[in-house]
Amino acid sequence: MLKYLVYRVATIVPVLLGVSIVVFLMMKLIPGDPAEAILGPAATTEKIEMVRKSLGLDQPFYVQYVRWLWKVVHGDFGTSIAVNVPVAQLVWPKFWNTVLLTIGSLVVCMIVGLGVGIVSGTRQYSWFDRISMSLTLVVANTPAFWLGLILMVVLALRLGWFPATGMYSMRASEKTVGDLIHHMVLPAITTGAVSAAIIARLVRSSFLDVIRKHYITALRAKGLAERDIILRHGMKNALPPIINIVGLQVGYLMGGALFTEVVFSWPGIGLQIYSSIVARDLPVVQAAVLVTTFVFVLVNLSTDIVVAALDPRIRRA
Amino acid sequence: MSAVNLQVKDAADARLAADSLAEQEMFRRPSEWRIFWEAFRQDRLAVGAAAVIALVCLASLLAPVLSPYDPTVGDNSLRLAPMGTPGHILGLDGQGRDILSRLLWGGRVSLIIALLPVAVASIVSVFLGLVAGFFGGKVDMVIMRALDVFFAFPAVLLAVAIAGVLGPGMLNVMLSLTIVLIPYISRVAYMATVTVKNELFVDQARVSGARPRQILFHHILPNTLSPVIVYGSTLVGIMIVLGAGLSFLGLGITPPRPDWGIMCSDGRNFLSVAPHVSAVPGVVLIIVAMSFNIVGDGLRDALDPKLRK
Repeated sequence: MLKYLVYRVATIVPVLLGVSIVVFLMMKLIPGDPAEAILGPAATTEKIEMVRKSLGLDQPFYVQYVRWLWKVVHGDFGTSIAVNVPVAQLVWPKFWNTVLLTIGSLVVCMIVGLGVGIVSGTRQYSWFDRISMSLTLVVANTPAFWLGLILMVVLALRLGWFPATGMYSMRASEKTVGDLIHHMVLPAITTGAVSAAIIARLVRSSFLDVIRKHYITALRAKGLAERDIILRHGMKNALPPIINIVGLQVGYLMGGALFTEVVFSWPGIGLQIYSSIVARDLPVVQAAVLVTTFVFVLVNLSTDIVVAALDPRIRRA
Repeated sequence: MSAVNLQVKDAADARLAADSLAEQEMFRRPSEWRIFWEAFRQDRLAVGAAAVIALVCLASLLAPVLSPYDPTVGDNSLRLAPMGTPGHILGLDGQGRDILSRLLWGGRVSLIIALLPVAVASIVSVFLGLVAGFFGGKVDMVIMRALDVFFAFPAVLLAVAIAGVLGPGMLNVMLSLTIVLIPYISRVAYMATVTVKNELFVDQARVSGARPRQILFHHILPNTLSPVIVYGSTLVGIMIVLGAGLSFLGLGITPPRPDWGIMCSDGRNFLSVAPHVSAVPGVVLIIVAMSFNIVGDGLRDALDPKLRK
């Protein structure tokens, strides 16, 4: 296990370096000169040259990259062009709001996905199975932004059960957890719906796989209660692929949260990326993409490690 | 004597030839295409979905003929008129434009935005996966590790970031979706290549003296295509949804040209008074995306001998 752990951790180092190069180059490849963008159209050539020098833009690419990476490693993402504050100050609070939303949607898709999947998987071709599997097919192909709009109209604007936008009520004197959860219900459902459908389908097929194994038949022959067979014995073998897909979905949720955040004005990193793209505030886009991708890589790494811990066949391979 | 002998021999030859023809006829396997079609035909749901896709493609293709109104010019007196308005079956949008006409024209954009990136990415990916899987070693490492880097990004985020950096426009959206797709499809092509490379029939071909190029194109390539096609058809559905998302964010095509994502987005300001403006294109989008998904599943089952009914 330790050998596997070291190996897996070692493999992500080049990937993370590669990610940083791609993000760096992506921002370099766009047309336009940042110095001109900062100074505006009225700037003189000497002035532009001065700013270019102070930004290090007169240096070759690899020098610029190493300098940039050095700063990033120390938590310095530069200064926002649009609002002139350090990017780190802007991005981190937004990042935590997205983490909150991700956790909320993860709760939604675990409860719905696991629940529907297990019931469907153990009662194949029942009415519940047929209806829920058709529904998951529809939901899995629904654009998150569209679902968000529909939920917002029906449950927030028409029925008024939930607030339509934001994280906390404007009028409340202090930020309470209850208020936060109340605001989070619709965004969490919107973000988690597609993943819930995918997880439900996978849990179902994973259970169908396991339930046909001989050891389950043996347990039935021994006279164990069906509930114990499924939850204690079936679960154990159905779990590794499920954990795998859930790990992948966490990454998907973090990316997919972007659409939800735009629809519900959730002040997360996705909304920040969106508004920074609109404002052409590239240092912020750069930092936000970098931070999210790093976390995505780390989540995937931990998923692999958990699966390997549960399934000895994987760590030997 | 010799002439008679010859005649007899000829007759025997002819009989033998006839026998072997009959034998061939008896043992002839139906073509791969036929086996696949017979299996696919059994899958009613997949055939239905394929029909839906064909219908939508045809309708979009014939948009100039079929669409009753100009998709970009509105009639302000009928703004937000509901579904069933005389002459406008699906109603009108916030600028008084006919929704049916916009759906037809928008289908052209939405379908191409999804189909073309998947097609281009598949060609690039099959090449990359094939080369990496077949040659192995350093080539494998360089190609697959480079793709791992792109694989590390959350797909939606990468698409949004690339499209955002490039700026709005149909070509830029397609470029960003293609870049996002390549690592995913390449992995599938790579896995298929590595699996097939170790099969006995490839060893047999090698032992018989086949050149690497022959092995690559005649024996391995055909076997990597079917998983890529199956995966690709599912991806088209996902790309329709993601492409619509990019349009929704304003990173897609530029108005007044319609696509289904922009139509959903246009309706968001009238959601409480005229929900159909956003709902109709959304429903069409879901049905089409779902159809590609179902066809993908059907193809997988029909192409895999183990899953055939």
